[in-house]
Amino acid sequence: MGFAPTSSDPGFLYRTEGLKRIYGEGAARVEALRGIDLELPAGELTVFLGPSGSGKSTFLNILGGLDRASEGRVWFRGLDLTAMTDDALTLYRRRHVGFVFQFYNLMPSLTARENVELVTEIAEAPMDPADALDMVGLSARRDHFPSQLSGGEQQRVAIARALARRPDVLFCDEPTGALDSATGRTVLRALQDANRSTGASVMIVTHAAATAAMANRVIDFSDGRIRSVTVNQAPVSAEMIQW
Amino acid sequence: MVSVLDTKLGRDLWRIRGQALAIALVIATGSLLLVMMEGLVLSLEQTRQAYYERYRLADVFADVRRAPEAALADLVVIDGVDAVEGRIRGGALIDTAPGAAPVRALAVSLPDFGLPKLNDVLVVSGSFPQTGRHDEVLLLKGYADAWKLIPGDRITVSLNGFRRTFRISGLAQSPEFIYSAAPGELAPDDARFAVLWFRNEILASAFDMEGAFNEALISLARGGREADVIRQTDRVLSRYGGGAAYSLAEQFSNRFVTEEISSLRVSARATPPVFMMVAAFLLYIVMTRLIEAERRQIGLLKAFGYTSLEAAWHYLKFCLVIATVGAVLGCIAGVVLGSYMAEYYKVYYKFPFLVFHIEPASILISLVFSILTASAGAIVVLMRLFDLTPAAAMRPPAPADFSRSARIAGSFRSLLDQPSRMVLRRLLRQPVRALAASLGIASGMGLSVAMLGVMSGFERMVDVSFDVADRSDMQVVFSEPLGPDALHSIRRLDGVIEAEGFRSVAVVLRHGLASHRGAVTGLPERPRLSQALTSGLRPILIRSDGLILAQSLARKLGVKPGDVLTVEVLEGRRPVVNVPVAALTTALVGAPAYFEVSALNRTLGEAGRLSGAYLRTDGERSELLLELLKGMPGVAGVSRKADARASIREIMDRGAGATRYVMTLIAGLITFGVVYNSARIAFSERAHELASLRVIGFTRGEAGFVLLGELGFITLLALPIGALGGVGLAGAIAAGFSSELYEVPGTVTAGDMAFAAVVVIIAALVSGFLVRRDADRLDLVSALKTRE
Ligand SMILES: Nc1ncnc2c1ncn2[C@@H]1O[C@H](COP(=O)(O)OP(=O)(O)O)[C@@H](O)[C@H]1O
Ligand SMILES: [Mg+2]
Repeated sequence: MGFAPTSSDPGFLYRTEGLKRIYGEGAARVEALRGIDLELPAGELTVFLGPSGSGKSTFLNILGGLDRASEGRVWFRGLDLTAMTDDALTLYRRRHVGFVFQFYNLMPSLTARENVELVTEIAEAPMDPADALDMVGLSARRDHFPSQLSGGEQQRVAIARALARRPDVLFCDEPTGALDSATGRTVLRALQDANRSTGASVMIVTHAAATAAMANRVIDFSDGRIRSVTVNQAPVSAEMIQW
Repeated sequence: MVSVLDTKLGRDLWRIRGQALAIALVIATGSLLLVMMEGLVLSLEQTRQAYYERYRLADVFADVRRAPEAALADLVVIDGVDAVEGRIRGGALIDTAPGAAPVRALAVSLPDFGLPKLNDVLVVSGSFPQTGRHDEVLLLKGYADAWKLIPGDRITVSLNGFRRTFRISGLAQSPEFIYSAAPGELAPDDARFAVLWFRNEILASAFDMEGAFNEALISLARGGREADVIRQTDRVLSRYGGGAAYSLAEQFSNRFVTEEISSLRVSARATPPVFMMVAAFLLYIVMTRLIEAERRQIGLLKAFGYTSLEAAWHYLKFCLVIATVGAVLGCIAGVVLGSYMAEYYKVYYKFPFLVFHIEPASILISLVFSILTASAGAIVVLMRLFDLTPAAAMRPPAPADFSRSARIAGSFRSLLDQPSRMVLRRLLRQPVRALAASLGIASGMGLSVAMLGVMSGFERMVDVSFDVADRSDMQVVFSEPLGPDALHSIRRLDGVIEAEGFRSVAVVLRHGLASHRGAVTGLPERPRLSQALTSGLRPILIRSDGLILAQSLARKLGVKPGDVLTVEVLEGRRPVVNVPVAALTTALVGAPAYFEVSALNRTLGEAGRLSGAYLRTDGERSELLLELLKGMPGVAGVSRKADARASIREIMDRGAGATRYVMTLIAGLITFGVVYNSARIAFSERAHELASLRVIGFTRGEAGFVLLGELGFITLLALPIGALGGVGLAGAIAAGFSSELYEVPGTVTAGDMAFAAVVVIIAALVSGFLVRRDADRLDLVSALKTRE
C-alpha cells in the first residue's frame, strides 16, 4: 500500500460518513446524495437498488474514484479517498478497482483481446488477457472487434477487462441494463463466478429488484438517501434469477 | 512490443485517413513554401557569392577622368587594400542594320597580357582576344544571343567616333554584368545593350589613354575597412578627376541582384508563417472536434487508471503523426520544387552555375516549426483533458438543449421545411463551433484574397506607371546631351503629335550615411507626357527649388520633405550641390528623382541641354516615324512604351516576382484543403445522425441537405470575414515583394474578393459533392452501431 492511512478503521472495505454530492448551482442545483453513512465489508457481492435518479451511480462513481464528494468522507480500507490528490486517485483506480458500465464502453478500434490488454498493460500483476477472456467464456471471440460482437458478448469482454488486473473491487453500473434477460443472466453469472473464484468484492447497480436474490447485501437507495440495508444469508445462483 | 494504445492510434488514423491526409497536405503546403523559399534564398546568395569570388569581382570601384598608371601604386599601399587594377572604360555604339539606330554598348579593357587581376570574365565560347591582334573583341553573351552572333562573326563598332570592324573572338559572361541595362533605362533588354571587352592597347589608343586608366578596381584585404579605403581612394584619385569611389553594394548589377534576393528573403520570412498559421488553426478546429467525439474513450482511459498526461499524450501523438507526415512531405516537395525554381533562376540571372543547397538545419527548423505550429492548436485543446473528471467524461453527452434555438427557429416555422429547421437549430445550438469553422474557412479565403490582391497589385503597378504616369508612346535617347534644336527637329517629324524633352544625369544622392547611385531627371514644371504622381494618382508640379523623390528612394535615404540632400553629379564638371527634398511621389516602377529641367541645367552649367524626349505619336504613322528617328543624327536609341512595358513585365514575371504564382497556387490549395476538411468534419460528426434520418424515412437528398446546409451556411459566413482579413494580409505580403526596382501596391480590389469568393464557393461545392457521395454510400447498420 502506498498511501498513509488517515483513519485507523481497516475492518471495512469501504466506510462513508455524511457523504453528499451536489450538482449545479442555484435553480439547477441537484442534491444527488444527501448524506450517506455506510459500512461495506470486503469480499461480498453487493447490489444497489432504487429508482432511477436516486443517486446509485453517483455513489458508485465516488467509491470508484471517478468522481469526488461535495461533503463528507469515504475510506477505502482505512484510506481517506476524499483527501487524495488526482494522481493518488488515478493510482488507486489503477491498483484496486475495475469498472463495468451499462454501455460496455469498449474501444471500437481494438479487438476483444486488445481491449483487455489496454488495462493489463498498466496493471502491476495482471492476468493473461487470454485467461480473463476464458473466464467469461469468450476465448473463441478474442480477435473480434466490438462491432462484430453481440451486446452480451461485449459486456462479457468488459467484465474480462475489469477482472484482468485482479481488482480488489469490481464496480458494475447496470451491467445488464442493455441486455435481454437470458443474456443478462450469463453476465451476472460471470460476475458471481468472479466474486467467488477471485475473492474480489463486486458492487452491482441495478433497478431489476430480482437481482437482489444473488447478493450478500442489498442497499436500497431513495432520493439521495439509503432507505434500507438488507443482509442476505443465502444468496442464490445467478441462473435462478428471473426478471 | 507495440502498446495497445499505439495499435488504437494506428487504427483510428486509418479510419479517418481521408481527413488526416487532407490536414497533412495543408501542413505540407506550408512547410513546402518554408523550405523552398529558404533554400532558394540561400542558394542564390551562395551562388552569387561563389560567382563573385571565382571571378574576383572588385569590392570598390572608382571612376576618374584620366589617371596615370603610376597612380595604381599609390592605391595598392592604402591600408586594407589587397589588389588594384586600372582599366579603360568608355561608351561605344554597335552598328546593327543599315539605317537602323546603333546599339549602345560599354567598352571595357582587358590587360594586354593574361587575365584581369580583378573583374575577370567567363568565356563561354571562343576565346579571349589575342594579344597583339588589333581587330578582336570579346562580346557579352546575352547580346550575342539576342542578335544570333557567334565567335568568328564580325561587328562594326564606333569607339570615340571612329568606326571599325572587329572579329568576335569569343562570348563572355561576367558577375559585373549579371543585370545590364542601357544608361537611363530601367529594365534590361539583351538586344539593346552590350558589353565589349578589348585588349588594353585598342582602347588606350581609341580613348587617348596611353599609359593611363579611367576606372580603378580595388579588392579589400581580409579585415580591410571599406569606408576607409573609399576615403583614401578618393584622396589619391581626386587630382585625376576622381573622388566618387563606391562600393560593390552600390554597383548597378549587384544592387539589382541583391534587391531581388532580399525581396525573395523578405517573402521567405514573411509569407510561410502566415500559411502555417492557417494550417495550425485548421488543426486546432479538427482536434477540438476529434477530442469531443472521443470524450467517452478518454473517460474510459482515465477510469482504468491512465493519467491525464498519458491520455493527453496519446491524443497528441495522433496530431504529431499527422503533422509530421505533412511536414516531411512538405520538406521533400520543398526541396524538389526549390531545386526546380533554382534552375529557373539560374537561367534568369545568367549564373554560370547554381547548386540548390539547403542547410540541414533549416530543414530541421522547418520541420520543427511546422510540427510545433500544427500541434499548438491541439495542445490548447488537450489542456482541457486535465480538468475532465472521468465520471464527467463517461456521461453520455447531455442531450443538447434545443429549447432556445427551437424558440428562434419556431418563428420561422411557417417559412422553413423540416430539414432547413434542423440545419438552423444546429447552427443556433452551437454558434461558437459554427463561428470557429467559419473562421477556419475565412483564414483560407483571406490567404487567397491576399495573394490575388498581390497579383493584381503587380498589374496595377504596370498600369499606373505606363498609362497614368507615362502618357508618351515613345522615348528617344540621345547619344550625348543636345541643345534645343534637336527637340525642334523631332517636333517637325511626320507623326509626332507632341514632344517633351528631358535631361537625365547620373548622380550620387547622399543623406547622412545613406547614399543612392542613380539619376536625377529634369522635366518641365508641368510635364504632360511623363508625370510624377501623388498617392491619389494626381500629377505633382516639378519644382526648381527642390527634388521630387520617389517614396521608396526617400525611405532608402531616410529623408522627408524639407530635408537637404547632397547631390554629387557624376558627369561633366562633377559639381556637388545641396538640394532640399520638395515633395514625394508615388512611383511604382524605379526610384526616380525629379528636378525642374532648367534648374538642373543651371546646376550643371550647361544651359538648354536635353538627354532625350518623350513623344506622343500618331499610331498609324509610328512605324515610319520609328525609321525616321533611328536615322536621325545624335539619336542613340528609340524605345516604344510597349517594349518598355514588356521588359518590366518580364522582370516581374521572371524575377523574384515569379514566386507569386507558386504562392497563389498554394494559397488556393490551402483554401481548398480548409474547406474540404470542414466538410469532412461535419460529415464524420453527423454520420450517426444522418443514418438515423435515413432510417426514419428521410430521402438521401433530404439527409444530404441537412449535412450540406450547415456547410453552406458556414461558408457564406466565412466570405466577408475572409475578404476583410485578406485586405490586411495583402499589405504585408506585397511589402515583401516590393523592391527598389518596383513597388507592389498591396491593395485588394472588389474583383480580387469576388474571385476568391468564387474559389471558396467552388471548393465548397466540390467538397460537398465528395462528402455527399460518402454520405450516400453510408452503411446504415454500421453507422448506427459504431457510436451512440
Ligand atoms: N453531472 C450531473 N450534473 C447534474 N446532475 C446530475 C449529474 N449526474 C447526475 N445528476 C443528477 O443526480 C441525481 C442522481 O443521479 P444518478 O446517480 O445518476 O442516479 P441513478 O444512477 O440512481 O439513476 C439525478 O437527479 C441526476 O439527474
Ligand atoms: Mg445510474
